[in-house]
Amino acid sequence: MTDDTPVLELRDISKSFGSVQALTDVDLEVHRGEVMALVGDNGAGKSTLIKCIAGIHAADSGEIIFDGKRVTISGPKDAARLGIEIVYQDLALCDNLDVVQNMFLGREAHSPLQILQEPVMEQRTATTLKTLAVTTIRSIRQPVATLSGGQRQSVAVARAVMWNSKLVILDEPTAALGVAQTEQVLALVKRLGEQGLAVILISHNLHDIFAVADNITVLRLGRNAGLYHRLSTTQQEVVQAITAGAPTKVSGIPMEGPS
Amino acid sequence: MSTTEAEAAPAFDTAIPVESLGTRVWENIKGGNLGSLPVAVGLTVIVILFALTAQNFFTAVNFNNIIVQMSGTTMLAYGVVYVLLLGEIDLSIAFLSGIVGVACAKFQESGTGHSLPGILPIVAALLIGVLIGAFQGSFVALIGVPSFVVTLAGLLAWQGFVQREIGAAGPIIIQNHWINDTASYFFTPNKGWVIWGLLSLAYVGSIVFGLVGKRRHGVSIQYPYLVGAKLVAIPGVAALVIAICNHDRGVPLAGIIILFFLLLWTYVAKRTTFGRHVYAVGGNAEAARRAGINVPRIRIMVFMISGLMAGVGGIILAGNLRSVGPDQGGGTLLLDSISAAVIGGTSLFGGRGEIRAAVLGSAVIATIANGLFILGYQPGTIFIITGCILLFAVTLDTLARRRQQKTGR
Repeated sequence: MTDDTPVLELRDISKSFGSVQALTDVDLEVHRGEVMALVGDNGAGKSTLIKCIAGIHAADSGEIIFDGKRVTISGPKDAARLGIEIVYQDLALCDNLDVVQNMFLGREAHSPLQILQEPVMEQRTATTLKTLAVTTIRSIRQPVATLSGGQRQSVAVARAVMWNSKLVILDEPTAALGVAQTEQVLALVKRLGEQGLAVILISHNLHDIFAVADNITVLRLGRNAGLYHRLSTTQQEVVQAITAGAPTKVSGIPMEGPS
Repeated sequence: MSTTEAEAAPAFDTAIPVESLGTRVWENIKGGNLGSLPVAVGLTVIVILFALTAQNFFTAVNFNNIIVQMSGTTMLAYGVVYVLLLGEIDLSIAFLSGIVGVACAKFQESGTGHSLPGILPIVAALLIGVLIGAFQGSFVALIGVPSFVVTLAGLLAWQGFVQREIGAAGPIIIQNHWINDTASYFFTPNKGWVIWGLLSLAYVGSIVFGLVGKRRHGVSIQYPYLVGAKLVAIPGVAALVIAICNHDRGVPLAGIIILFFLLLWTYVAKRTTFGRHVYAVGGNAEAARRAGINVPRIRIMVFMISGLMAGVGGIILAGNLRSVGPDQGGGTLLLDSISAAVIGGTSLFGGRGEIRAAVLGSAVIATIANGLFILGYQPGTIFIITGCILLFAVTLDTLARRRQQKTGR
């Protein structure tokens, strides 16, 4: 795989729910080491698009190309097998379990007799957190209930990264966080990109996006409404695209890449 | 991904910060994780009170009596702990235990077409308990009927079965010694010490084995002094218990059964993927589902455990009376078992609790009943006091839960 091959490429994805056309011919590309922000107003189709990638919804038409190969993703397990991990908005951590237990939830290291191998899990959790420079967690054996919002989000992200994933999708990772904790999580997102992962970041917060994203894909009313390179655009331009952007392509004609 | 290279790195310096034991305990209490502390303190207070007031309470004979008296309830309570860990409830267990007791008695009856020799009646009856558990669990897990209603229906139906089976013909006498021994067999003093030796060896062995595993993976050993203290204290306390039992009739088989299931279920809960998933489903079922855990399978299996343990309890209770009657599984058995699990510190809200709660809670209930009985109180008084303690325990759990929600955010 050359570095030019996108990790994930969506071509002409359409999806309708009954008479509601949620997505129309949406394109999206994300490369290794790239943080791609996916923005749009409520109802723009961000969540639907993510659910198509996660295999929760099947797209009506269009192609999903992963690592240069056309794939069909028909469930969360398929997505995980390809190396796609999704960190959902509502975290999906078990408060009563500790950090190690949450990191390995559903994928515990175990012997053939289903006996847990705690030392293996503890060591791997510690190394993963260290690689991501998540240093604010006092003990990886403390229950997640005792962690702050930012720390929990860090655990959720670290869990997504631990499984040799190639693409991590973060759904509003900073929505419920305070200023300091947001900084903490954004720094983590940046580090994911630096480590060569492809990252799709969904957010409403343009400040966050301009802090970490390399490129910005704007959706409006279920269509592509712009693709911007962060360094050569302004917040005003992106806001304009979110609120009043015209579709950037007519069905069948590929849109221009970032300048 | 860089985890693979990091994994290959040979030396792993312990960057995991280790809190001191005191901090950890204090954090747990602050975080609403009280564990077995309140019930252990409570049990000690109760024992001291009765030792000072009730004659013949603090004796070896009575110690063995309490073990036998609490054994049936404890078995049911083990199942309740698992069900509560899921955040569900099982109201059918008492009459389920009645069904299994009756089935067991029927299977051992000689001169009938379905009589079985030796230990087989017990095995066959327990199988019935497990199947009923699976049946009820399927309604909860697959259809989504609330467990409260499913098992309430079970409570009524199984009670009906017991009454129909026993009502006309009268109580069945149990002559099978396997069944009766569960409540009335005592090991000779020498056998008691052999059991102690084997268990202590196994305990020390398992701890050492665990430490070696941690060392091998370069994981730091937290609280080495605590581990050392446990290595001495637990065999020591066990020796004291054996000595007390031997002062009377010897170690009761019922006590060994309690211990066996305590170790078994604690191991399953803490050291297997299944146990981990039970805690996960109880803590956040949606998170567990998204993590790829087969939630319905876990739920059904937990209700099977509940059915099995109700069955074991039913057999011990039948063995204790050497017969089964129409009120088998009735009386306060249901409330005692659920109270035991809750008093022992299992949360009603799911995801928090330890298997040992069943033993500790049953011990509290049995000790109160025993002590008040010696003091000459009526059953009414015993219920009132047990009720107050239950209310106290649930209040404590609710407060702890509120605390837990407050911290961390």
